[in-house]
Amino acid sequence: MIIASEVTKAYGETCVVDGVTLSLPKGGVTSIVGPNGAGKSTLLSMISRLMAMDKGSVTVDGLDVSKTPGDVLARRLSILRQDNHMTARLTVRDLVSFGRYPYSKGRLTADDKAHIERSLRYLDLEALSERFLDELSGGQRQRAFVAMVLCQDTDYVLLDEPLNNLDMKHAMGMMKLLRQAANDLGKTVVLVLHDINFASWYSDNIVAMKHGKVAAQGPVAEMIRPEVLSDIYEMDISVHTIGGQLISVYYG
Amino acid sequence: MSRRAFGILIPEALGPVRMLILAFVATLVLAVVSLFVGVSDVTLATLVSGGLDGRAMEVLLISRIPRTLAVVLAGSALAISGLVMQIIVRNRFVEPSTAGTMESAALGFLVVTIFAPGWPLMAKMVVSALFALAGTALFLRILRYVPLRDILLVPLVGIMLGGVIGAVTTFFGYRFELLASLLAWEVGDFSGVLRGRFELLWFGLAGTILAYISADRLTVAGMGEDFTTNLGVNYKAVMTLGLVIVSLVSAVVLVTVGSIPFLGLIVPNVVSLLIGDNMRRTVPWVAIGGAGFVLACDILGRVIRYPYEIPISVVVGTIGSFIFLYMLLRSKRGAANG
Repeated sequence: MIIASEVTKAYGETCVVDGVTLSLPKGGVTSIVGPNGAGKSTLLSMISRLMAMDKGSVTVDGLDVSKTPGDVLARRLSILRQDNHMTARLTVRDLVSFGRYPYSKGRLTADDKAHIERSLRYLDLEALSERFLDELSGGQRQRAFVAMVLCQDTDYVLLDEPLNNLDMKHAMGMMKLLRQAANDLGKTVVLVLHDINFASWYSDNIVAMKHGKVAAQGPVAEMIRPEVLSDIYEMDISVHTIGGQLISVYYG
Repeated sequence: MSRRAFGILIPEALGPVRMLILAFVATLVLAVVSLFVGVSDVTLATLVSGGLDGRAMEVLLISRIPRTLAVVLAGSALAISGLVMQIIVRNRFVEPSTAGTMESAALGFLVVTIFAPGWPLMAKMVVSALFALAGTALFLRILRYVPLRDILLVPLVGIMLGGVIGAVTTFFGYRFELLASLLAWEVGDFSGVLRGRFELLWFGLAGTILAYISADRLTVAGMGEDFTTNLGVNYKAVMTLGLVIVSLVSAVVLVTVGSIPFLGLIVPNVVSLLIGDNMRRTVPWVAIGGAGFVLACDILGRVIRYPYEIPISVVVGTIGSFIFLYMLLRSKRGAANG
């Protein structure tokens, strides 16, 4: 379980994350949604110790993220952010192998190699494994990074807007895959998402943020309701049941 | 299967290890050639006829071997420092002479020459390295305020910073009548290398070994701070290590043979195109490539106007700027094609 208490981050006068207290259950897929500037990515960065918090604390299965040694945490929790403006010319296999770094520090064991092969297979990257990252399409590259994170084999997998730059087909493929990782491998997946319909279709739980605070949190059925969503996004949103799933309509 | 890179078809059947051995042997051949190029008559025949005390043997031991070693050590170390610099700045177009590092090292050397002229070269080198460290740290600091997405802006900032530091150095060099020495440091030249005046360059080899030992961590750091932290690696520690390698190598090369521009840019970039950026694989290639390239340029500089000599920085600078231009145009075209 991830427990955040009174987590705060301010830039000058602006409080981006304002005393958030939150607990994320172990297992399943949890999506963090909300309008731009709600503090979703900042919160995720603090949970995963990429960013120092001004106040508050975060624990992952009892480990305080700001005090636990980096490599210990790296075997428990992985985080993927969208910060790939310069992609080094690594092959897909090299990149995925780095997922084992917290365990082997660069000297790959047979066990590490098995993990690497499994991750490549899981993301259908075997044919691309010797290609350089800068020779791949955006979607393929995204898959390679996710393969690396899965290869890290952590209980918690955090992803910041993993659907960015993906077309509908690849976005759907990515969400299916994360859903599978939660179901088959028992991972706890936490995502920041923009599209509430993706969140509705593939998650178990949804956390909605607004103005640096948690506006609402709960299972999908409780969260994907017109009154909840309209309040969070400040627009008219209707919810329809299509194919047994709750779909929001907010056009026009 | 084969891979085409940089216009050259590389047969993959050769295997990476065999290719590396091939490159090593080619560099070794160049090194042997380098031993026998020069005004003094040093050939196998004169070596044998002169015996151990002959003139040819003397020239070989005092001048030719030190010179060749200096070329190999300086070439590989500078290429490695360029590679490390590109990793820690995350920009392909930086190297010690486009980041203010070399200029800072020169300033440090000037300061210690003015205030403590009697210090041994080793101590002067340390002061120079500390200045290089400070100058490069300043460069990284300035870069925080520059949009890093603009790939060409980064080296421009470095060149400007180097210009400012260089101006300060020139001013004091002029005031203290050390302009001639200053020129000697800034224009790399191997003609003055003799036994007893290049041994500091072994520190350059230490830098290369350090880079190889920490290759994985440096590669990880090259993927960015978040990526590094996620894998449980201390980003700041890796950056500091990289800075130390770059500063040490720059200072060592500066105080022994002088700065050689473009070298740290060309060799790592060509290697990156050919075999990628995983430092565990690229460090040996960059080290051998740097040594081989400088050896070739040094031999060229010695035969082109024989019996006179063209300084290495001029030869490398000329050939290097053409290769650099080619790479720039190539990357533009690549970007345009998406």
